[in-house]
Amino acid sequence: MADYRYYLDYAASAPLRPEVGVAMAAVAARAGNPSSLHGSGRVARAALEGAREQVAAAVGALPAEVVFTSGGTEADNIAVLGGVSSAWAREAGRTRLVTTSVEHPAVAEAATTLADRTRVVGVDDAGRLDEGEWMDALDGSVAVASAMWANNETGVIFDVASLAEAAHRAGAWAHSDGVQALGHVPVSFADSGLDLLSLSAHKVGGPVGVGALVVRRGLEPAPVMYGGGQERKLRSGTVSVALAVGFAAAAELAVAELAAEASRIGGLRERVVAAISGIEGARVNGEGTSPAICNATFAGLRADDLLLMLDAAGVDCSTGSACTAGVHRPSEVLLAMGRSEADASASVRFSFGWATTDDDVEALVGALPDAVGRARAAYAW
Amino acid sequence: MRVLVAMSGGVDSAVAAARMVDAGHDVTGVHLALSKNPQSFRTGARGCCSLEDSHDARRAADMLGIPFYVWDLSDRFKADVVDDFLAEYEAGRTPNPCLRCNEKIKFAAVLERGVALGFDAIATGHYARVTRVGDEVQLRRATDAAKDQSYVLGVLNQEQLRRSLFPLAGTEKPQVRAEAAERGLYVAKKPDSHDICFIPDGDTAGYLNRHLGEADGDIVDESGAVVGRHTGSHQFTVGQRRGLRLGTPAADGQPRYVLGISPVANTVTVGPRESLTVRSMECIRPTWTGSARSGSWRGLVQVRAHGAAMPASITADGDRVRVELDEPAHGIAPGQAAVHYEGDLVIGAATIAATEGAGRAAA
Repeated sequence: MADYRYYLDYAASAPLRPEVGVAMAAVAARAGNPSSLHGSGRVARAALEGAREQVAAAVGALPAEVVFTSGGTEADNIAVLGGVSSAWAREAGRTRLVTTSVEHPAVAEAATTLADRTRVVGVDDAGRLDEGEWMDALDGSVAVASAMWANNETGVIFDVASLAEAAHRAGAWAHSDGVQALGHVPVSFADSGLDLLSLSAHKVGGPVGVGALVVRRGLEPAPVMYGGGQERKLRSGTVSVALAVGFAAAAELAVAELAAEASRIGGLRERVVAAISGIEGARVNGEGTSPAICNATFAGLRADDLLLMLDAAGVDCSTGSACTAGVHRPSEVLLAMGRSEADASASVRFSFGWATTDDDVEALVGALPDAVGRARAAYAW
Repeated sequence: MRVLVAMSGGVDSAVAAARMVDAGHDVTGVHLALSKNPQSFRTGARGCCSLEDSHDARRAADMLGIPFYVWDLSDRFKADVVDDFLAEYEAGRTPNPCLRCNEKIKFAAVLERGVALGFDAIATGHYARVTRVGDEVQLRRATDAAKDQSYVLGVLNQEQLRRSLFPLAGTEKPQVRAEAAERGLYVAKKPDSHDICFIPDGDTAGYLNRHLGEADGDIVDESGAVVGRHTGSHQFTVGQRRGLRLGTPAADGQPRYVLGISPVANTVTVGPRESLTVRSMECIRPTWTGSARSGSWRGLVQVRAHGAAMPASITADGDRVRVELDEPAHGIAPGQAAVHYEGDLVIGAATIAATEGAGRAAA
């Protein structure tokens, strides 16, 4: 078991940026609830609102549009469930959700609770959304149309601006899960035309446990949990100032570095793609992807066995899909892209970020051929 | 060595893994998911196969700082163990699925998958010993006679034994628990698992009813006279006394036992305890822990996991093994495994195909 970890699982969680730790430490030890009127409360509120302004600036939104949440999952749930349940108050008959077949479980599982009020639009074998089907699905009964910005498994990027425009033509709210987009592709809430945008801190080097739902000014989705009415009455519960400050610092850094990092990380991804193309029976999944994610199928093995072999070589990566009791299921995203169950169970995600080095990628490239060979030999059993 | 440890979530395999780490091996834990739809929680004292067990195994591995994976062997387990178990009962025999699992799953599919992935050996929390004599690896009983599990390992061959490690070999169960507690392993006080892992409520008859269905038939005595009715011959095991619900009492007023099961005729034959007496057995499908035996020798035979080792004369001839017991025994059913020992050394195993008593040849 290698002690040094070559970490290639940024899409799961990125390491905390040192500047973020410093910024959080500066506020974490202070007492004070940002909702309190006294001096300590004012200091906490000043830090919280400063963080809100920083996040807003990083994603091209107004500070009043940034609602801090516990993370991307909560933001997605508020957008989807709160967006749909509040629609009746705006216009009778808007009861439905339109979404895609490749969403993160935070949207997909929330969508299943709406049962037959959800319509799911498919993708092609490169992971691209069927835009014709998207248009067809949108009508006066649709409350929310939700399509992710960058896919968490394949990195495929949707043209959210055009999807949002189509949603608006039908009078629906447009939501996007932007968790994997932030810091890796340019994200401007204002330019996107979106009404709702989900973000998470820890994918860009911020702390785990905080994210945001960006809500267009004037829109009032319903909350999904109730309490003291913090965060525009949309997300009750005392906001963690330290987490918000950490999120803001990480978002600011990630966006400031984006242009340079996208090209550096894109180069690392190209190196991985080249190594994969040198392995027989391997293919990279998805076209038009984020530079930060590379998903590949290695025919004739179990993804778990490949992960075990790479793990033993010190390389951390994942399948990117959910598991049940530790058993990986075929990737729903790859199944939606028309892959067989066998191929959807033979796929691994490598993902990169702010601290990924050439060494990390070379460790993967060096270990991959033998790991694939052994995992294929084990497949017979 | 790179060692794969099969971790059930119980205390034994957790301590086995810990000892492998202490011994300086490069250890990886695997939990075998054997059920397609595992229950969330253990039912009663029994462990294995629930999500809680998987969590317990992972927690132990994390505490030991070793990689941990869950391998989904549910399809293979169903095909090789569960379906075989049902087919054997349907055929009127009494199988032991644990031996089958060791033979086909743990020391076959799991071991081979591990070897392909570069592991040198598999370690388990079984109570058994392996000793090396020259080139040969010998399987022996564990030091703790009450916990000895050499019986369920009796189906392993030399190739499998060469790559198997049983780190609990020389330890008694209370020491294993004490060691787990000392190491801070949460599972130190977890109850032992019993019975058959895929029948967590222990109701084998109910399980068989659900999977094989009910089929009414006659219960007959040795003369062929109908003495009762049953709802499925698979619900019975040779030697069983309880639950026969016979309407006609025996002439001598003595309790009656299941003597034999004829699935084709769907009849269950009952009779007095004397008729259960077995003096010899015909066994098939022998496996040998070392080189294959032939000819006759004196040894010991054990027919259930915690049964007595019975002195016997054993004759092996190709695919058949005949066992002549020194002293007659009771309750030996076709389908059970006869595991052969010499002292505490395991020689091999074979499946009982037929038994013979005094003046009686049974199924």
